[in-house]
Amino acid sequence: VIHSIPSGTRDVLPDETREVRAITDALREVFEHHHYGEVYTPALEYESVLARGDMAEAQPAYRVFDETGAALVLRSDMTVPIARVVATRYPTSELPLRFCYLAHCYRGVRPARGQPREMLQAGIELIGSAAPQGTAEALTVLCAALDAVGLEGYRIGFGDASLYPALMASLQVPESSRPLLLDALTHRDFVGLEHELEGIAVSSQARELLLSVPQRRGGPEILSGAPQPAASAVEGMRLVHELLADQVAQRIIFDFGLVRSIGYYTGAVFEVYDPALGTPIGGGGRYDDLLGRFGRSLPAVGFALGVDRLHIALAGEERGTGALLR
Amino acid sequence: MSPTNGLTIAVPRGALFTETVDMLAGLGLDTAELRVNDRKLLFKEIGVITMRPSDVPTYVEAGAADLGVTGKDVLLEQAAHGPGKGGRGVYELLDLGYGRCTMVLASKAGPDPAVEALRRLGVMRVATKYPRIASRHLEETGRQAEIVEVKGSVELAPLTGMVEAIVDLTATGTTLRENNLVVREEILVCTARMIANPVAHKLKAAQIDDLLGRLRAA
Repeated sequence: VIHSIPSGTRDVLPDETREVRAITDALREVFEHHHYGEVYTPALEYESVLARGDMAEAQPAYRVFDETGAALVLRSDMTVPIARVVATRYPTSELPLRFCYLAHCYRGVRPARGQPREMLQAGIELIGSAAPQGTAEALTVLCAALDAVGLEGYRIGFGDASLYPALMASLQVPESSRPLLLDALTHRDFVGLEHELEGIAVSSQARELLLSVPQRRGGPEILSGAPQPAASAVEGMRLVHELLADQVAQRIIFDFGLVRSIGYYTGAVFEVYDPALGTPIGGGGRYDDLLGRFGRSLPAVGFALGVDRLHIALAGEERGTGALLR
Repeated sequence: MSPTNGLTIAVPRGALFTETVDMLAGLGLDTAELRVNDRKLLFKEIGVITMRPSDVPTYVEAGAADLGVTGKDVLLEQAAHGPGKGGRGVYELLDLGYGRCTMVLASKAGPDPAVEALRRLGVMRVATKYPRIASRHLEETGRQAEIVEVKGSVELAPLTGMVEAIVDLTATGTTLRENNLVVREEILVCTARMIANPVAHKLKAAQIDDLLGRLRAA
């Protein structure tokens, strides 16, 4: 007898669970070793609370009503619930605060490989530690975690969410056009970006910068050639880079075009790539405004890894096949 | 290093095939076998895989190919509806310029039957292979429509009276004219696009940028 389960969900049976457990045990150990305390929060939250984050891009998949008629949402990430915990449960505590989690999150995505609607995420949040030290710490823990699970070929894309907005502002792109350009960039549509730029009254030199700067990515050498309008964001990236140990720094790909679709990122953003998987394994960044929306204004940074994606990438590396490995 | 820098490229069979192969030949790739063998799918020696155009984003998104060529119509049709839903997880890198055609709304010549249907019945029936593009266009222009998805020759649908209009891609308009259909609205112009896998775009940045540079210069 076949009884179906909702689209984008699945059962995990013992053989797979054993492998996943090996990954989550290794991650927990690294997080604990770096003094990140594990937390659990409810899978269901009030919609009005999660809406302080970025509801549109977070794509919550499931909404229900409780017996009083209040709208509840299954959380789409752990960053917003932890921001709520910090504001509510740690209103006056000493900083920084370090939390980690292994938790299921729910998103209304089109189900695809490694992109289920219910996904197990592992991550950390570092609250009350500003750039560049906090960012460098998060990147260090990220690499330690990936090393501990045995992933070998990974790289970390590293950018800054404020870079393109600063570039647009200093090149005097009209306010009304800025969301369109940012939207094209967020959707990785460079053809669309070029078309939008053609319709904007800026110098041809500015237009060239607006199109070419977000396509720059590579080693630390790209930091020195950055154009003036992007200088402060790039200087921030350089300061983080200086704090990184060699084994972390050599994993970094600097990427001036990296933008994450979630709107609460304010500074550094990063994504994890592995040649054994065609999509990023995880990512994160600085969200220095989010805690303020919950009433305790603190700088913060964090990342989340998709445990299933990590598992697929590990299996691919072991077999020497998968995605870009050929 | 090969003329395509060791990258794997998804090449669409069909209308975009010849120009795509010409473009690859222009980069210095040996395309002789690709041109003559239309049953083979995987050309490993030259880093090419071939498939129908609407499958290109699927293979590129999964990383089975680093780059791919497909029409803007395919990308738009596969992009989910509404803000925040994004599209396919691929980078759209370059407008290749060829494969130019127009997405149009067409109906039978003479008094527009779609207008009459809207006025008298409040809804027009529209046949298309592009249900998302069609429903988006009709929604944005404030008309109620019943979308009928067909897989084969769309022109048949209005001739049999099954629908009042069609939304379809046309290059020259010949097929429409031969079937006594006229273009009522141009929805958008589509050309071939170069797309990239997001992870390949970072991990193979130098190879991809070099190839794009040579394509732009050509």
